[in-house]
Amino acid sequence: MLELRNVTRTVAGVDHISDVSLTLQHGSLNVLLGPTLSGKTSLMRLMAGLDAPSSGSVWFDGVDVTGVPVQKRNIAMVYQQFINYPAMTVYENIASPLRVSGVNQATIDSEVRRAASLLKLTPYLDRTPLSLSGGQQQRTALARAIVKNAGLVLLDEPLANLDYKLREELRAELPKLFAETGAIFVYATTEPHEALLLGGNTATLSEGRITQFGPTIDVFRKPDDLLTAMTFADPPLNTIVLRKSGAHFLLDGGVNLPVPAEMAHAEDEVYTIGFHPHHLAPHRKTPAAVPISAKVSITEITGSESFVHLDFADARWVMLAHGIRVFEPDETLEVFIDPRHIMVFDASGRSVAGPQRMAA
Amino acid sequence: MDKTWNNKAWFMVLPVLLLVAFSALIPLMTVVNYSVQDTFGNNEFFWAGTAWYEEVLESDRFWDSMGRNLLFSAIILAIQVPLGIFIALNMPRKGWGVPVCLVLMALPLLIPWNVVGTIWQVFGRIDIGLLGYTLAALGFDYNYVSDPFDAWITVIVMDVWHWTSLVVLLCYAGLVSIPDAYYQAAKIDGASRWAIFRYIQLPKMNRVLLIAVLLRFMDSFMIYTEPFVVTGGGPGNTTTFLSIDLVKLAIGEFNLGEAAAMSIIYFLIVLLLSWVFYTVMTSYDAER
Amino acid sequence: MARIDLNHIRHAYMPHPKSDADYALKEVHHTFEDGGAYALLGPSGCGKTTLLNIISGLLHASHGELLFDGKDVTRLSTQERNIAQVFQFPVIYDTMTVYDNLAFPLRNRGVAEADVDRKVRETLEMIGLADWAKRRARGLTADQKQKISLGRGLVRSDVNAILFDEPLTVIDPHMKWVLRSQLKQLHRRFGYTMVYVTHDQTEALTFAERVVVMYDGEIVQIGTPAELFERPKHTFVGYFIGSPGMNVMPVEIDGRNARLGGQVIALPGAPKAGAEGSIELGIRPEYVRLGIEGMPVSISKVEDIGRHKVVRASLEGREIAAILGEDESIPADPKITFDPVGINIYANSWRVETGG
Repeated sequence: MLELRNVTRTVAGVDHISDVSLTLQHGSLNVLLGPTLSGKTSLMRLMAGLDAPSSGSVWFDGVDVTGVPVQKRNIAMVYQQFINYPAMTVYENIASPLRVSGVNQATIDSEVRRAASLLKLTPYLDRTPLSLSGGQQQRTALARAIVKNAGLVLLDEPLANLDYKLREELRAELPKLFAETGAIFVYATTEPHEALLLGGNTATLSEGRITQFGPTIDVFRKPDDLLTAMTFADPPLNTIVLRKSGAHFLLDGGVNLPVPAEMAHAEDEVYTIGFHPHHLAPHRKTPAAVPISAKVSITEITGSESFVHLDFADARWVMLAHGIRVFEPDETLEVFIDPRHIMVFDASGRSVAGPQRMAA
Repeated sequence: MDKTWNNKAWFMVLPVLLLVAFSALIPLMTVVNYSVQDTFGNNEFFWAGTAWYEEVLESDRFWDSMGRNLLFSAIILAIQVPLGIFIALNMPRKGWGVPVCLVLMALPLLIPWNVVGTIWQVFGRIDIGLLGYTLAALGFDYNYVSDPFDAWITVIVMDVWHWTSLVVLLCYAGLVSIPDAYYQAAKIDGASRWAIFRYIQLPKMNRVLLIAVLLRFMDSFMIYTEPFVVTGGGPGNTTTFLSIDLVKLAIGEFNLGEAAAMSIIYFLIVLLLSWVFYTVMTSYDAER
Repeated sequence: MARIDLNHIRHAYMPHPKSDADYALKEVHHTFEDGGAYALLGPSGCGKTTLLNIISGLLHASHGELLFDGKDVTRLSTQERNIAQVFQFPVIYDTMTVYDNLAFPLRNRGVAEADVDRKVRETLEMIGLADWAKRRARGLTADQKQKISLGRGLVRSDVNAILFDEPLTVIDPHMKWVLRSQLKQLHRRFGYTMVYVTHDQTEALTFAERVVVMYDGEIVQIGTPAELFERPKHTFVGYFIGSPGMNVMPVEIDGRNARLGGQVIALPGAPKAGAEGSIELGIRPEYVRLGIEGMPVSISKVEDIGRHKVVRASLEGREIAAILGEDESIPADPKITFDPVGINIYANSWRVETGG
């Protein structure tokens, strides 16, 4: 179990990590999700022992490892740029951590071959990394990380330099790989749907703070605050600032959006409403759906889905419709939102009401 | 990044520390000793305090040598930096020409300094030197032994020949780190060669240029071997730089006190320059 | 803006290519219409960047001709072709201000200062950097720098084409949405000829009117995003476009039906002549319906990605993926049917027409 207790890291007067506390269990996959410069790499370096925290402590399996340098901790790290020893063969690359720890040759051989077959590298064991494709180089780096049998494996956006189909393939293989070793896995990414595909737990980061940590699908569906909701949305979250008046939110055009039941006794003030693009629809899906008239700005088609960019009052929204829907720019369109899908945040960004699921 | 604390490192460095202490620190202490005392031989010493320092700082001889040093460094920089940049810009960055050029550039730097001096000393002689003889045959009145101007020219050309390569290699390193995309974008923007130099190459070379300028200034300020071998400080004292003057004082004239004071002053000047170097470099680093 | 004709372009990086394998671009013969927005889509190494560099002039094709509006530009240099290119990494002149960065290409061409000022201010408005005009370009964020790179391309309104080489690679996902829709709006408003290279299908399909799918130096299919999605001509296109890609399974044809193991699948029509060799049925997960009737499957995994679920199952021993809506549930005894609209038949990986 890896524990971070109130860890802060300040560099040249700027907080790269602010008061982070986190507990990660063995055998779990934990995703660090956030934009660039939000602190994902800094946090991973603190977990690894490459940097020491300015305050706070790091505990591993009940032992305080805060000052312990990385060479003494049993960790493995995989980077975005496929980092391998260029002069060694793939076999030697994968064997290198084992050679350092002085394991005998027979064990080295069997471990290397096992890792290689897990990552489909067996035909390439005699080649040098630079003669392989990007995907294979990254597999070599992954094999080297796995063979070490480390208690903590850190992956810093490992698939970001691969083209998207390769990324899909490797991403599908990673959870299986992880489950086998029982180590704690920490995976950093900027892409929300990658977090959803990997599952496990997710910690959303923003400017050096963790805004929420929990099972991925829960953080996605029930964000505690606006920042988390916005970090974890791709396409970006649709938001609008509205005033509550009794049992309704007042919208331009005389439309009234019913207030969620749990907010019946809340103050009549200004709130931020957020909802995902796929909850807007070009037709009424449920009887409770509220129609809103918005102007189409541009439509993007991917074949399986269409992203319709809409302008409503001051807000710019995206509607994710299934299939191919073509709308002319500047056309006025009626779109529908079921009030059960909206998230309400107060002025400080805290969640006041969350979406209600329609089916379990 | 916080480096790990490793006591073994001290153990490894100890022999070197002892060596440096023996060959540099203790002699330095001796020099300081001499600079604040006076002796008439017979190992009798009288405390002189700052008298020697005052004498040095008031002597014309010291300021003349200092002036010559500064002039020399200025000329050297004015020639070597642009020349170095120019050569670096025109060196190939890809293909078989790269190692050939790099080796050619490195050669002058590998020659021992007194050999450099000797080469040019012989080269410039009007009786047996290729250059001297040719110039005389062409009708030029060239004689570095008797004409101060010619002596200066010879020493300067020798230094340029010897050290420009350093500037070239440093600038070249800066140049090759520029990604191709910048040149491609400049082509697309229709930039002229001068604009490419000014807006892409020069800014990226800034840091290495700074190192090159500071290194060359310091080295040329401390120069001793090469001019000494070529001209011995002459004709007269027209090419007597601070270092040469110092040696003359100490060993030629046995004026130990004054020489010691002068050498401490010299040392402090160089120390000041190094500190400036260090500060500029680290503040540049912090800025990035 | 110009029409770009690629006439039988082939390119090998080595001086004496001996076989097809030595060619980075095997045969490209295509016209990019004036004012069109095109994407070159394909995996790493497919030749898309090579093709882009040939169009821009950074590379000269070893065979074939390139024409702009009918004029042969094959041997012309980059400056003479008058194009603009945006690279993967923001390329800006650090020492200049944002304003000067945008003015640079115009000033190099000797445009009068008054015109320069007008065009630069227009472009700054377009890319949303009007407030930053006097700032030094050095300290800006990656997406602002990339916008400057883009602006330098747009400021020259007389360019023949604007070329993009994976320009959103360094941009965060949120910014990608904003920049993409801005690019699209720019195209709609000004009608530039734009060619966009990427390996990301979402970027390609959302940006382009027509997408050129490339593989191993060749063009596999050119079509609108809808055509590529619904009627992929090659199983590679079916696989590469769509997340997850098309399900492809070997079948036997029996009149108007296809047989997969013990299952019989009704086809929209009997395949026309030419259905020989290895026959495969391709259907996108979006058209695989999970319900209580149809072919029995065993479910191995369900991936919940918020807006829908991806169900990985096994049909007759073959892996198959299906898309399930956010609120739909999986029945206890899952069965699947194929929506006939989404069924495609492939012979030797190429699509075969089926009769109505």
